[in-house]
Amino acid sequence: MSSSNGNLLDVRNLRTYFDTEDGEVKAVDGISFQLKRGETLGIVGESGSGKSVTNLSIIRLIPEPPGRIVGGKVLLDGVDILSLQESEVRKIRGRRIAMIFQDPMTSLNPFMKISRQMMEVTQLHLGHTRSQAYEHAIKMLETVGIPEARARVDNYPHEFSGGMRQRVMIAMALSCEPELLIADEPTTALDVTIQAQILELIKKLKQVTGTSMILITHDLGVVAGMTDHLIVMYAGKVFEQASTSELFARPGNPYTQGLMRSVPDPLKEQGELYQIPGLPPDVAHLPPGCPFAPRCQRAEEICTREFPPFVELTCEHFSLCHFAQEVYEESRTEA
Amino acid sequence: MNNDRPTIPGDHDQPEPGLTPDPALSYREGDIIHTAPEFALADADVLAAERSDVIASTSLWRDAWRRLLKNRLAVFGMIAVVFITVACLLGPLVIKQLTGMTPDLIPSGVGHIRSTPPLRAPDGSFSWLHPMGTDNQGRDLLARVLQGGQISLMVGIIATLVSLLIGVSYGATAGYLGGRIDNLMMRAVDVLYSLPYIIIVIVLLSVFKSQTARGQVILLFIALGSVSWLTMARIVRGQVLSLKNQEFVLAARATGVSTPRIIFRHIVPNTLGPVIVYATLTIPTVMLTEAFLSFLGFGVQAPLASWGSLATDGIQNIGIFPWQLVFPGVTMALTLFSLNFLGDGLRDALDPQGSRQ
Repeated sequence: MSSSNGNLLDVRNLRTYFDTEDGEVKAVDGISFQLKRGETLGIVGESGSGKSVTNLSIIRLIPEPPGRIVGGKVLLDGVDILSLQESEVRKIRGRRIAMIFQDPMTSLNPFMKISRQMMEVTQLHLGHTRSQAYEHAIKMLETVGIPEARARVDNYPHEFSGGMRQRVMIAMALSCEPELLIADEPTTALDVTIQAQILELIKKLKQVTGTSMILITHDLGVVAGMTDHLIVMYAGKVFEQASTSELFARPGNPYTQGLMRSVPDPLKEQGELYQIPGLPPDVAHLPPGCPFAPRCQRAEEICTREFPPFVELTCEHFSLCHFAQEVYEESRTEA
Repeated sequence: MNNDRPTIPGDHDQPEPGLTPDPALSYREGDIIHTAPEFALADADVLAAERSDVIASTSLWRDAWRRLLKNRLAVFGMIAVVFITVACLLGPLVIKQLTGMTPDLIPSGVGHIRSTPPLRAPDGSFSWLHPMGTDNQGRDLLARVLQGGQISLMVGIIATLVSLLIGVSYGATAGYLGGRIDNLMMRAVDVLYSLPYIIIVIVLLSVFKSQTARGQVILLFIALGSVSWLTMARIVRGQVLSLKNQEFVLAARATGVSTPRIIFRHIVPNTLGPVIVYATLTIPTVMLTEAFLSFLGFGVQAPLASWGSLATDGIQNIGIFPWQLVFPGVTMALTLFSLNFLGDGLRDALDPQGSRQ
């Protein structure tokens, strides 16, 4: 226990590469973070920045080949998941670490009744008998706010709406009371009002059960209200890492600043919405310098030449930029 | 709503009477818009709305069934298949009750036996005794055709079941595991494919030649089943390849389900549509092969009969006693047509996005 320092999850220098015809893609390249019990960590970034790969690596669900976890450690309560046997990892999946996926329309098996899919988890991990598992499934459906759970538990997924299916997914994920819940863009496929309900539900259940959570999203509005800490990812690297309030108040990285400026502000009448110029880089062929340099407004000659340092701004605020200190000072004066 | 005046998001300082400003806009600090209290209300509303529609369960199968019933040829095929199957199963018993004829009964007493035409008594007058006539030895042809149908259908169905069992598990395993194992397994299939399967079956049947007629039939099941699974394996593998990257498989893996369980509980049921269609189309193919083998003399041995062996017997006297070939042949053709219609109909019903409309 002493090695875990009260951290439930401790990811150290995680690197996951994919072998493609285009060469080696460093989808995740040296990610480190800690997560304390009961806390929520947000991971934001554009598509292809390595958010999902990070989390699939944590429970070793990277398709191999072409993917492989090249290095690093994922310590769950001090035990390195990456060094465990496959059968040991299977006992962790769904029991201690559960996942909610992006698209509730495809993440439930269309040929299995809801009851059977939910019972499978608890029968597997909690040793429930059929009837115990069945009752537990109904109880979980009630917990996530499915009306008439007893009548609907034997329905097929296509008989549920998108929001209801995501509720089912949440019920399934929480049915073994996991210590860590990984939500991979849980609301991206839902429309806005349903998003709000689902987020509210996740937040409420998290408070009740006290599980830790990793929330992956590209919606800054979502992380603002939900998370304690934030990681901003770009091209497989952590660009900025801080507590949520600190990061929103004083971003110390030009990329984070760009992301925040891209959020429409209903209080200000804006002309054209700001967008970061250019496209995310091809991770297979990264330039030697800062991967964000070609799109960065304040890039200088050094940025294309040298890889930026990971600067510690305050004790819990890090930024990957040659000019991290300056950017940080600027946003302090703005705030 | 008041539509004359353009609504500017910023000017909620003086709200128009008709334009109630969205209270969410005033929440900016701390909590996000999503968690504003009015959404809790919306939540309750939606739940109330969903509560009312606990609809009768319409499963995928019921939809497919409805589509199948709209297809006239398929319905005809289905009725014909059911009719022929029932007739083959119960027919010989009924005939025995009615006329005392069994498939093997060679009437005694008649000095030299010759085949009687359909609906004729041996003396040439009209009679219901032999609706399809008799064979060379005076056995009732209807009873023999029905009994032959039992064997033919059984060969078709059992060989198809064998091919289902092997083909589905082989294809699903190869497809799911992927990579080198998949490559190895499917190349083995390719090799088997390239061998002329009729010759394999003939070799199998002659090497393991059984002494009893029943043993020969069982050998036929095994021989036909063991070569007809190849296409099934390919079909299932193709399905699995597209299914295994779907999110529900990842979700199942993320809950700690073991690999065999994922293959057989989560993925295989999803391939059932194409599998059923192909199995339905395999039955006539296997029956045809069986007829062909029996025709060559490798198939069902006397005293058992199949449609193929009956046709073989019939063809020897085709000039004089054409009914000996016509009745088994027509019955078999009808069955094969019906099964093919049914298979086509099932394909259209189970895959509504298919090209044929």
